[in-house]
Amino acid sequence: MEKQAVQRAREAFLAGRPRPLEFRVQQLKSLQRMITDRQGEIATALKQDINRSQYDTPLFELIGLENEISLAVSKLAQWAAPRPVERNLLTISDQAYIQPEPLGVVLIIGAWNYPWALTLQPLVGAIAAGNAAVVKPSELSEYSASLLKALLPRYLDQELYPVVCGGVSETQELLRQRFDHVFYTGNSTVGKLVMEAAARHLTPVTLELGGKSPCYIDKDVDLRVACRRITWGKFVNCGQTCIAPDYILCEPSIQNRVVEGIRQTLLEFYGPDPKSSPDYSRIINQRHFNRLMTLLEGYTATVGGQSDSSQRYIAPTVVKDVPPQARLMQEEIFGPLLPIVTVSDIDDAIHFINEREKPLALYVFSSNKKVIRRMLAETTSGGVTVNDVIMHYTLNSLPFGGVGQSGTGRYHGKHTFDQFSHHRACLVKSLGMEDVNMVRYPPQNRQKARRVRLAMRTPLVDFSRKTYIWAVTATVFAFGLFVTLTAILCTCL
Amino acid sequence: MASQSEVIDRLRATFRSGVTFPEQFRMTQLQNLLSLVEENEQLIQDALHKDLHKPKFESVLSEIQITLNDLYFAMENLRTWMQPEYNIGKNLATRMDDCFIRREPLGVVLIIGAWNYPLHLILLPLVAAIAAGNCAILKPSEICQATEQLLAELIPKYLSQDCYAVLCGGAEDTKSLLKNKFDHIFYTGSQVVARSILLAAAPHLTPVTLELGGKSPCFIYGHIDIQKAAKRLCWSKFFNTGQSCVAPDYVLCTAQTRDALLPALRETLRTFYGPDPGASLDIGRIVTPRHWRRLMDMLEKSKGKVVIGGESREEDRYIAPTVLVDVQESDALMQEEIFGPILPILTIESLEEGIDYINRQEKPLALYVFSDETSVVTTVLNNTSSGGFCGNDGIVHMALPGLPFGGVGASGMGSYHGRWGFETFSHRRGCMNRSWLLERVNVLRYPPYSDYNLGWLRWATTFKKNSWGGCSVM
Repeated sequence: MEKQAVQRAREAFLAGRPRPLEFRVQQLKSLQRMITDRQGEIATALKQDINRSQYDTPLFELIGLENEISLAVSKLAQWAAPRPVERNLLTISDQAYIQPEPLGVVLIIGAWNYPWALTLQPLVGAIAAGNAAVVKPSELSEYSASLLKALLPRYLDQELYPVVCGGVSETQELLRQRFDHVFYTGNSTVGKLVMEAAARHLTPVTLELGGKSPCYIDKDVDLRVACRRITWGKFVNCGQTCIAPDYILCEPSIQNRVVEGIRQTLLEFYGPDPKSSPDYSRIINQRHFNRLMTLLEGYTATVGGQSDSSQRYIAPTVVKDVPPQARLMQEEIFGPLLPIVTVSDIDDAIHFINEREKPLALYVFSSNKKVIRRMLAETTSGGVTVNDVIMHYTLNSLPFGGVGQSGTGRYHGKHTFDQFSHHRACLVKSLGMEDVNMVRYPPQNRQKARRVRLAMRTPLVDFSRKTYIWAVTATVFAFGLFVTLTAILCTCL
Repeated sequence: MASQSEVIDRLRATFRSGVTFPEQFRMTQLQNLLSLVEENEQLIQDALHKDLHKPKFESVLSEIQITLNDLYFAMENLRTWMQPEYNIGKNLATRMDDCFIRREPLGVVLIIGAWNYPLHLILLPLVAAIAAGNCAILKPSEICQATEQLLAELIPKYLSQDCYAVLCGGAEDTKSLLKNKFDHIFYTGSQVVARSILLAAAPHLTPVTLELGGKSPCFIYGHIDIQKAAKRLCWSKFFNTGQSCVAPDYVLCTAQTRDALLPALRETLRTFYGPDPGASLDIGRIVTPRHWRRLMDMLEKSKGKVVIGGESREEDRYIAPTVLVDVQESDALMQEEIFGPILPILTIESLEEGIDYINRQEKPLALYVFSDETSVVTTVLNNTSSGGFCGNDGIVHMALPGLPFGGVGASGMGSYHGRWGFETFSHRRGCMNRSWLLERVNVLRYPPYSDYNLGWLRWATTFKKNSWGGCSVM
């Protein structure tokens, strides 16, 4: 069944259907209509999957998606146009440009934590770039997956963009097929398997994985605002966000104030009993619930710690003075547990971060520019937000992706279009200027060799500082000479 | 003699110390690499001649000069490339924030070279890796022993030994090298080996650039000056004795064009190499007896008719520039990349037939069209895909550093040359430096949620078509 879906998509692609820009725009607009028309059903599905609040849905899933579609529709012609490049002497009269082209049939494997955004945002780019796309939503968010399977064929071309649902074995079957690109969002264990499967077909991959995103709070900072922003980013979607601040690093002297700041904010956000707040989500399934409860074993929560297995509810929880070797610090938490690890200073914090795998996001809170500069210059991560969390995700002109264990490739906005395109280098020469070409043909001699070397040099004009100074000096000197000569001539006459 | 893992650990420790990050360090290393090439031109030419019987002209043009050009280009542009990119669009909600993209080094990268251009195929990626601030392990092809030895000797002499190392060895050594973790692997070579490299990279989630090959088709169609076309075709086909990943592999043309082409080819080859190409100094040899045998086997099995050349000599691995006609799709010469001085001509009745044929094969690394008619060039461009494309010439598109050089599909993934190499070996880190101001605006996003807040937030963050973002009602 999976094989047939891929086959049909390939045939539709080869027939040239997604090639015209008008077709792509029309599909994107249709996708937009689907989101607008069906918002209520989508919100319901998300409530059933993950107890997502009715406000979180548009905020975190749909607004971003709508923006991506609007951007793609508005800029498609520009993105798909040939991009000219700098030429050298040998190519001065030729056309040299990069032409973005569709790759073919791509596979998009979505995730369960933001099942609509993380499955459809890549699809927007894939459609814009002129590909066919097989969409495989995560089976863990089953209501969303079923809804997507029902809705997408009603709005988009059924053959070019089929939805394939299923679990592990269906995904494995899909991965046996040959694709021109595979886009996977999820964890690194499965990421490695995806890469391995793609390797057999020499298929390039984009992997949006995760990791432990550190959050460093400097002494020199407005703790009230910092804690509010961190609390928001950590506990939204019940901590099940790939770029949620995973853990806090701060000096012991401010730890208690950080805890208090978070406690205060939690009261403001969810009231004294988060379980009854309509704005607080649940853990996706029993397995993840159990995993999170195991992480907490042996530690006393400073804030929260309550849980209810029947509802898969875990209260927003903060744990102080967590040792680096604790289980909480060994794997990505992906839940509403916030460990605080104390460090002696910024050097210690940087060292701590660099000893670990490269994270998907890094956060630093400080009013001290030096601290911010050092953190940026001496660490690496997929992306960074300074003095807030998560927000770098929302600006689609910033490339969003990981590095090292947190992933490979990037997307959002134009970056998605580029990720799903082949950038074909094109040089269109004329058969004229053949005399210049003569120098490269055999039989060879020293003279010819020297001329070719000269003609191959780029850049065409040397804009280096030395030349600039020489040019200015020479001009001034020449002008001075001209003035002098003119003066002499005038006095002579 | 340090083991592979000891070398890698040493390089990793150096990288972590941050010494490769400053512009000055990278510039110095690039300058040293420049000196390495400039001061040892003769030695390089000798080594290349020993390994591939490469004529001096080809060594200078396609190995030395191309490396020097890329070095000049990198040194000239390094500062610009290293600058954070600030010129990116912002929305209303982020108007007060500092948003930029940093280019950051990846770490310790592995560069595996190939044997056909043993110098530039390993040094051009190295230029990019150095410019991007990484440490690098070079694994030159063991098939070109003289060049391999020369690189192993010169690199430690000119470049920082704590940052860049040359590890020599054969297939087994490469396999064990790949068990280690790298932050990027850059491989030039064959598809078969490429698969095993990807499989080795997967458990470490290491990103990979693959510069592979394929059968690069060459259309000669429509109105065309056949003499000039023949010259450029011969030059690009027989350069390096056909052992170029972007050499035009086979020709597609009508019977009429073929009949005009053959005498032009004969004349050109005579002008280039004289009546006996085997005695010309301007033609190279096949790299090893094994590769020579592979080509001779293909030629023997072929059902095409040899109309030019066909001579060969086993002792010095010589094969004359050879052209065959009446070659069919099923021919032995059409099953794999030729990579030698053998040019099959396939006859087609129409452009569409040729395009259909190409699209039934794997996507090639390069595609060529010789035609005066713009419509022909455009039709082929729009209906095919390939790593790169060159109209009315061969190979030269890879000499322009502004163009990315790489494949697509079976011909590879990723690209390099010029700025593209720098980007390949960098991580593009999206950074947002939020202002403390506008916390009142931020309040809109916090729970407890309300429709009122949502409405305002939607308004502030929605991308509006034709919005120039200058309006700040907030």
